[in-house]
Amino acid sequence: MLCASGRLLAARTATSLPAPPRGRGPALRCPRRELHFPGNPDPPSWDCLAGRLTRASASPHRRVILRRGRMPPAVGRGLAGSELRLRRSRCGPRAAGRDVAIQAAARSPKRPAPGSWRFEVAGRRAMLALVTLLSFATRFHRLDQPRHICWDETHFGKMGSYYINRTFFFDVHPPLGKMLIGLAGYLSGYDGTFLFQKPGDKYEHHSYMGMRGFCAFLGSWLVPFAFLIVLDLSNSLPAALLTAALLTFDTGCLTLSQYILLDPILMFFIMAAMLSMVKYRSCANRPFSAPWWSWLSLTGISLACALGVKFVGLFIILQVGLNTIADLWHLFGDLSLSLVTVGKHLMARVLCLIILPLVLYMAIFAVHIMVLNKSGPGDGFFSSAFQARLSGNNLHNASIPEHLAYGSVITVKNLRMAIGYLHSHRHLYPEGIGARQQQVTTYLHKDYNNLWIIKKHNTNSADPLDPSFPVEFVRHGDIIRLEHKETSRNLHSHYHEAPLTRKHYQVTGYGTNGTGDSNDFWRIEVVNRKFGNRIKVLRSRIRLIHLVTGCVLGSSGKVLPKWGWEQLEVTCTPYLKQTLNSIWNVEDHINPKLPNISLDVLQPSFPEILLESHMVMIRGNNGLKPKDNDFTSKPWHWPINYQGLRFSGANDTDFRVYLLGNPVVWWLNLVSIALYLLLGSIIVVAMQRGAQLPTKVEGLTRVLLQGGGQVLLGWMLHYFPFFLMGRILYFHHYFPAMLFSSMLTGILWDTLLRLCAWGPASSSLARAVHAVGILSLLLGAAYSFYLFHPLAYGMVGPLAQDPRSPMAGLRWLESWEF
Amino acid sequence: MRCQSACAVLGFLNFTQGGLRSLLFYKMLEVLKRPVVVTTNINLNIVALTGVGLLSRLWHLSYPRAVVFDEVYYGQYISFYMNRVFFLDDSGPPFGHMLLALGGYLGGFDGNFLWNRIGAEYTSNVPVWALRLLPALAGALSVPMAYQIVVELRFSHCTAMGAALLLLIENALVTQSRLMLLESPLIFFNLLAVLSYLKFFNCQKHRPFSLPWWFWLMLTGVACACAVGIKYMGIFTYLLVLGVAAVHAWHLIGDQTLSNVLVLYHLLARAVALLVTPVTLYLLFFYIHLTLLCRSGPHDQIMSSAFQASLEGGLARITQGQPLEVAFGSQVTLRNIFGKPLPCWLHSHQNTYPIIYENGRGSSHQQQVTCYPFKDVNNWWVVKDPGRHQLVVSNPPRPVRHGDVVQLVHGMTTRFLNTHDVAAPLSSHAQEVSCYVDYNISVPAQNLWRLDIVNRQSDRDTWKTILSAVRFVHLNTSAVLKLSGAHLPDWGFRQLEVVGEKLSRGHHESMAWNVEEHRYGTSQEQRDRELELHAPTQVDVSRNLSFMARFSELQWRMLTLRGEDAEHKYSSTPLEWVTLDTSIAYWLHPRTSAQIHLVGNIVIWASASLATATYVLLFLWYLLRRRRDVHDLPEDVWLHWVLAGTLCTGGWALNYLPFFLMEKTLFLYHYLPALAFQLLLLPLVLQHVYDHLCRSRVQRHLFSTLVVAWYSVACHVSNKLRPLTYGDSSLTPGELLALRWRDSWDILIRKS
Repeated sequence: MLCASGRLLAARTATSLPAPPRGRGPALRCPRRELHFPGNPDPPSWDCLAGRLTRASASPHRRVILRRGRMPPAVGRGLAGSELRLRRSRCGPRAAGRDVAIQAAARSPKRPAPGSWRFEVAGRRAMLALVTLLSFATRFHRLDQPRHICWDETHFGKMGSYYINRTFFFDVHPPLGKMLIGLAGYLSGYDGTFLFQKPGDKYEHHSYMGMRGFCAFLGSWLVPFAFLIVLDLSNSLPAALLTAALLTFDTGCLTLSQYILLDPILMFFIMAAMLSMVKYRSCANRPFSAPWWSWLSLTGISLACALGVKFVGLFIILQVGLNTIADLWHLFGDLSLSLVTVGKHLMARVLCLIILPLVLYMAIFAVHIMVLNKSGPGDGFFSSAFQARLSGNNLHNASIPEHLAYGSVITVKNLRMAIGYLHSHRHLYPEGIGARQQQVTTYLHKDYNNLWIIKKHNTNSADPLDPSFPVEFVRHGDIIRLEHKETSRNLHSHYHEAPLTRKHYQVTGYGTNGTGDSNDFWRIEVVNRKFGNRIKVLRSRIRLIHLVTGCVLGSSGKVLPKWGWEQLEVTCTPYLKQTLNSIWNVEDHINPKLPNISLDVLQPSFPEILLESHMVMIRGNNGLKPKDNDFTSKPWHWPINYQGLRFSGANDTDFRVYLLGNPVVWWLNLVSIALYLLLGSIIVVAMQRGAQLPTKVEGLTRVLLQGGGQVLLGWMLHYFPFFLMGRILYFHHYFPAMLFSSMLTGILWDTLLRLCAWGPASSSLARAVHAVGILSLLLGAAYSFYLFHPLAYGMVGPLAQDPRSPMAGLRWLESWEF
Repeated sequence: MRCQSACAVLGFLNFTQGGLRSLLFYKMLEVLKRPVVVTTNINLNIVALTGVGLLSRLWHLSYPRAVVFDEVYYGQYISFYMNRVFFLDDSGPPFGHMLLALGGYLGGFDGNFLWNRIGAEYTSNVPVWALRLLPALAGALSVPMAYQIVVELRFSHCTAMGAALLLLIENALVTQSRLMLLESPLIFFNLLAVLSYLKFFNCQKHRPFSLPWWFWLMLTGVACACAVGIKYMGIFTYLLVLGVAAVHAWHLIGDQTLSNVLVLYHLLARAVALLVTPVTLYLLFFYIHLTLLCRSGPHDQIMSSAFQASLEGGLARITQGQPLEVAFGSQVTLRNIFGKPLPCWLHSHQNTYPIIYENGRGSSHQQQVTCYPFKDVNNWWVVKDPGRHQLVVSNPPRPVRHGDVVQLVHGMTTRFLNTHDVAAPLSSHAQEVSCYVDYNISVPAQNLWRLDIVNRQSDRDTWKTILSAVRFVHLNTSAVLKLSGAHLPDWGFRQLEVVGEKLSRGHHESMAWNVEEHRYGTSQEQRDRELELHAPTQVDVSRNLSFMARFSELQWRMLTLRGEDAEHKYSSTPLEWVTLDTSIAYWLHPRTSAQIHLVGNIVIWASASLATATYVLLFLWYLLRRRRDVHDLPEDVWLHWVLAGTLCTGGWALNYLPFFLMEKTLFLYHYLPALAFQLLLLPLVLQHVYDHLCRSRVQRHLFSTLVVAWYSVACHVSNKLRPLTYGDSSLTPGELLALRWRDSWDILIRKS
């Protein structure tokens, strides 16, 4: 009746452990539960060597991004606050006007004279072309190698095939990325017949280059995008060049762009959103002009696509959102604008940044659901009503009676994902575990032992299926008995503790030929319904309440030991809180006395499908928890490039690809962030103290605080939320953040060198210092790429410990595995 | 209690040189001519509030003389303190528990009570009154403190009285502060932190670096530390105060009338008081905690061997006098350092791995090696030098060093620890570890292990009992001995699986082991050795761990300890708190239907939530209008309005919203600190409406009347719920049913 809140239970567990039998553990029950994904290769068998190697690179769990309820904390306006915002007088570097160059020259001290602006624009275009070319060249070089499945290609390639074959599947990510992969495969002549079973499988004659080429194509755009973003934020060509070089020469970005993965697609849309946002902000002086509208709507489109690939897209949405709020706040404070104009601004943003992306996002799902119309490996994850729309599923085009009546034969499915059907079989609970009565479990597969007959609690005499008796419907609040069809035992519960969840009661099958006792009586209730209503197949969410003990039938989701055939535990929980574990629906329904209706009537509407898919995705994401005793990648490993990921091969005879950032680039990025924070806080404090800065320096600091602040915010939003995620994480989750961090490095070093160069009096010396600094950074990045390129392009031969290896002497950290 | 006393102090003069004597004498006379005067200002409001606060919280404090709700947990900890037995509680740092224990100490409690169930009658040796006194005092003093906070926020005394009276009659707060629970001290220190910061802030304008300035600044830090020390939740209020202080400091930096040096002093003073002091105090709490609890207790097992060895009794009794350095021939037990899911020791026994597992895979059919969570003779291993045959320690002993190659021989079966390229039973990606049985087939023995001391100082470090964390790296396959965390099925007696994991996967604590029991082996013959293994180890000398090492281990275990996710009948979700859709039955009289029930005053809760919403809306409205250069409020009123809102609404939001992200079992009482802040806000909003939104006289009169009427209703409701709050009168089932205003309240009704 009264119980204390269960805070630390160690006190009790520690004292109440039974004296152990010697040499034998106590009955330790630690049910493990893995989420089984359809189509995953079975764990390797006795041939453990090959199995282990492949497992090392393809983790048994799918990778994940987001968890429910953990949104990145709202950050303030960041350093690039509206007060510091520079009102730009032009719209992008290409649309430069004469006054622009003058202003730019005034802002950055070592700039060619005003007359040469035309020359400069041409130079910028040439550089952009060069950067793009280089990026494409590095990404497409040796794209066809290796000719086998690498790492997660096994998942995403397979999902691409599912789209081509139109079979339904389940994945924890939204569908756009895989749809695009499927489309690319389809257009390039891939027929969807390759099985994508496990990493290392040869592609043979199957056409895979279309899919890889598509990913590499999107991945190649990251460099020019970053170039343009930095150019726009800092208005400095050297900064943009530095950024582009860092990204081009980063082995990690290169590797990640070369395979059939979601990451290049995701990063493409993230950078596209960032670029269009920066562009529309630089058009701020010409609101409602054509370029302004187009950049604004492009931002919205990119946001929807980013979110459509992975939930990580939420972070860039947050960034754009914060910027938009700051923007609107600024406009609202501008008293020269009328409220109507401000209202127009607001509406434009609502239209382009909220409504347009939302519509697009839903459209993506609509296409997804329309394309996948055949039954496939994902069926079991979804509710009965959802399955009814998949051709090939046994619920498709089926027709069953709609309302439950006494005498009906039914199957009962738990509403929570991957729990399954209420099940019983001719096996008893073993000695010492509750009463020795027949087991009741839940079971995911369809089976005769899932069938139950609904009976009235007090009568057993007449056969309810006798046509001479009138049909009597089951109503909300009725007291019923559930008889197991195969064994004729009643669903029963009593005051014995459940096998695994000690605080719940045991559920058993009891009685012979349907005659049991009063512990077999259950009250059937429909959630959120009034008394007396009939109970509908599939649609009614029902709870079964045990009459004697008042507990609710539920499944704890824990796996029973071997005696229970590793099916899931069914308990009767005394806690009456409504959770999905204790809510069921009726799926199959056989009653010859009732008219059948077609299940098409029950088809869920599009919003319901959308909601359900999201629930299932979020649940799937949350299901991917790391195990305690496993080594997992931690967010703090990432920026220091602590450990990479094996894409392919492990032994010295294999073709090895190892995802690892170029350490020179990454460690430079790390130093830059620290340096930026230091420099930024010094400047901010100095400004707050009212220090008067020379105009040239002021221009530089403005670039540093505003442009740098923008990308720093991006880095933080794409990095810190991972610390809050309780799920399994991987190294490649850092790459979106890494893009932002490289942009910060570009802006920081350019500004820093200019600030240093501002000291010496002579301008030629200053220019030389700046040029030498930037050049040495560029060359350093290029040289380190030359050293580390085998990581990305693949290597054979001995491992790094061996002096004959291509990577000899380059294993700077013990934790790198090449 | 605000009691400004201005004392006309007697002048003290030293008799010095003779020349001055006459002058001094004259001065003394002058002093004597004046009377000695002590003037004090006593705010009777505060005295009265303190009085009624004490009355409401202390009245019949020792009733019921039975364990009420969570007293069953806290009482247990009090007993542990009284007996000085070590325990581990992951619900919060030890300061709160120590406060409760202080009550027990003052009341002369001997700790002899079995806290096993709610409702158990206290025996005569339990000083119930003393034990419940400190929380009750904290609850009572919160009432006048609320008054002062509102006054310091520059609102009227009438408003301040309103805030205090709300706190006074709120049923949930009364219930919670009359029992041995920690919420009321937490609320007390939360409010104290806010109050002292406000006092400090108000001093700042006129008298920086004066004595009161320092006093209130330091008190802010101390109160924050105490709040955090009671429950981790206190950190929210700490963050609030830090945030407000940071904004104020930022303004200070921008104040160009101050010199750079002065600004630096200001910043340093704040850093010392608000950062250094709380951290020091927090450490101090743990220091006292660890000093008090010096005996081994029921939670020893969770801690590392070194920590256990620092406690009296328990492991220390076993390991005292063990040789420090492990030598070739040593007999050892090896404990896994990670210890999850259970603390356990490396173990082997006669049984072999099944030839074929359930899933059809095969094994080597060699002797099982597992990790076993209980002490057992089969946990003993002998460290052997691969080069020699003997299993005894030579004289002088040859210590084992980092990098040495060793063999581990299972003491009872004399088989060698072995691993090979066969998949482990459950973690099929890792290697099987076995004790080698020679079946004369083509599987050779691979039993050489390189010793890798993880926490070594130098590369020639010796392997030390208890202190060294070591890894065993397999020489042939470079696999590391690791606890996989999986439970073996029945054939393995549900012990934990041990595997060989590839070293390249990075270091994890589950790969590290330490020697717990240790002795130098002396028996060459197996039969003698078995007898020796059964004998207990020798005695003497204790090993001391530094405070910081003990603190960091304890803190880390407290933060990472995961109880099984406890379902609870009265658990609730944060959304149910605001609407008071939940309640907790605390105690039921064994015979009558008198009961204590945690349930709030529904009128106050509803109006507090309404006030919060009103504040937020009004604030946004004013903010937007100011942005368009429309100033509805005078500047100083606006500033006070913002400061009050930041502290009260911010305090509420910070103490409430984070619960939505938490995955632990939550209860209604978690909302009480947030509620306290909300109650402060409510009168402020009312006054604001009265001052600035009621334009005409009639409106103001009307509004005042409404407020009085509303307060009377609140009092009436409070009185209605009083039997559930104090549990002092038995109600009939009909009356109880009438009190069940919401279907979700689980008021207990006896069936007679």
